[in-house]
Amino acid sequence: MAKKKSEPHSRTLKKSERITELCFLAPSLSGVLLFFVLPFFVVIYYSLIDNPINKQFVFFDNFKEVLTNDAFRMAAKNTLLFSVAAVPLAVVISLVFAVILESKISFRSQLRASFLCPLMVPTASVVLVWQVMFHKQGTVNQLLEMMGGEPVDWLKTPSGMIVVVIMFLWKNIGYNMILFLAGLSNIPGDLMEVATLEGAGPCYRFFHLKLRYLSPTILFVTILSLINSFKIFREVYLLTGDYPDALYMLQHFMNNTFSLLEYQKLSSSAIIMGLVMSVIIALLFIVEYWFGKDVE
Amino acid sequence: MRKKPLKVRVRQKAISVFLTAFTAMCALLFLFPTAVTIANSFMTQKEINANYGAMISNFDKNVSKKTFISEKLNLKLIPDKVSFQQYLTVLFKNSDYLMKFWNSVILVVPIVLFQTIVASLAAYSFARYRGKFKELLFFLYVVLMLMPYQVTLVPNYLVADMLGIVNTRMSIILPGIFAPFSVFILAKVMRRIPAAYIEAAKLDGAGEVQIFTQICLPLSRSAIFSVVLLNFIDYWNMVEQPLIMLSDTDYHPLSVFLSKINSGDVGLAFAVAVIYMIPTLLMFFYGEDYLVEGIAYSGGIKG
Repeated sequence: MAKKKSEPHSRTLKKSERITELCFLAPSLSGVLLFFVLPFFVVIYYSLIDNPINKQFVFFDNFKEVLTNDAFRMAAKNTLLFSVAAVPLAVVISLVFAVILESKISFRSQLRASFLCPLMVPTASVVLVWQVMFHKQGTVNQLLEMMGGEPVDWLKTPSGMIVVVIMFLWKNIGYNMILFLAGLSNIPGDLMEVATLEGAGPCYRFFHLKLRYLSPTILFVTILSLINSFKIFREVYLLTGDYPDALYMLQHFMNNTFSLLEYQKLSSSAIIMGLVMSVIIALLFIVEYWFGKDVE
Repeated sequence: MRKKPLKVRVRQKAISVFLTAFTAMCALLFLFPTAVTIANSFMTQKEINANYGAMISNFDKNVSKKTFISEKLNLKLIPDKVSFQQYLTVLFKNSDYLMKFWNSVILVVPIVLFQTIVASLAAYSFARYRGKFKELLFFLYVVLMLMPYQVTLVPNYLVADMLGIVNTRMSIILPGIFAPFSVFILAKVMRRIPAAYIEAAKLDGAGEVQIFTQICLPLSRSAIFSVVLLNFIDYWNMVEQPLIMLSDTDYHPLSVFLSKINSGDVGLAFAVAVIYMIPTLLMFFYGEDYLVEGIAYSGGIKG
């Protein structure tokens, strides 16, 4: 949101300065090129050939094969379903908590710390508690039965998705909330005062002013939650192991393909996922651009 | 300022109390799993087996003869008898878990340490000199940062394979060192350092290295702490990389191994879990402000 100032550092460089500049960048850039960028060209190459020994060009056959593969489809469907459910919830709930914490309530720092705590706890450390809670004979089912409900086999049926969404929210809301708190504190205070004097109620101020000022933060939190939603494999894996009954995610698909060493399949699925991710992020940027245009 | 009418003030007070109570309830729910884990780590193994034994289908029959096992799982917060038995077993009798803990340490510490060094150098370069080419490179870093593991692990693996380091720790450490996350944050922070400081140092005859070590690094110290913290908690929690890179489970970090012991040694799992969260919890207690600052830095992708 801050307008870029006239850039003080950009000027024609002396030759010696160019060399120092490169020296500072060299370690990082060489590593990034070696481990991420250059092999990505190999990935593109592998995605277009039949296998690394024959090296026959087959163009889009690998992509077709992956896209029609049942395991990939199921993994993609589960991952998509999870992201569509978890990301909006993570954004909205953390925004609500941020707005509450920003208002004048007591114990703010203690509350903030409590919401951040799950971020610090390794997933593996609490997974046992989640298992006890959501086991067939576990705590949640006991509560359900007490209230006259039917017990659910959480970890072995599609309702496991709910468990995983809860675990995701538990871990990520604190981080998102801090981002929103930072965004809220950047809203100019006098703007809110003027709006109040002009007779704008709290709802109007929130929906018409704060939300628009927050739109870059909302964009960022959405992107971040989306990226983190791809990490949910951790929870699923630790909860249900290598071969989950119901929660087969994209990373499971990748792991299986890795263990079979099917490079052409791996490569084309990585490219598909990278493309989808880029398109989603670009779309989010465009939406934010239209939504927040007249604020700046 | 005009005082608000009493009715309005009472209403505001009531709303505030209600919101505090509601948020506090939610906060307790957030603390609950961690609290249960810590509390359960002080139970005797017998008590753990009695409470959670029903979870394990192939439960050791010898144990079940001697002890009572509840049909249902009883999630208990308060131990019948406080005991350090679990900790003593983990620390002195059964060295498996300490080995895995050590595996985590020697994976995570080099990644965090060297990533910080490499990234602060690169961030300085990105912050000090700008140009079309630089902006393009920076964009590349951002794109890489946004890609999930499912995408980046494939190129990582191919290189590790070519270098012949698959199934060694290096296959996780090296890509970790060059992950672009810290570069992104530190470059944004270093860009905020006023150019006047640097010009002044230059007039005094300072070279680039001196400007970097004596102006940029000290001024971005808190951001560096934040980056170290965020990276540490992320890598301490790693699961994807070891599963793919390390087929030899002896090298696996505790973050992966912990889920495997759940079925065997439930009686110990809680103590192991607590030991595993101690480093990150300590960092949290001593560095909460840095953590919050670091998260805030990571926001505002548009810079």
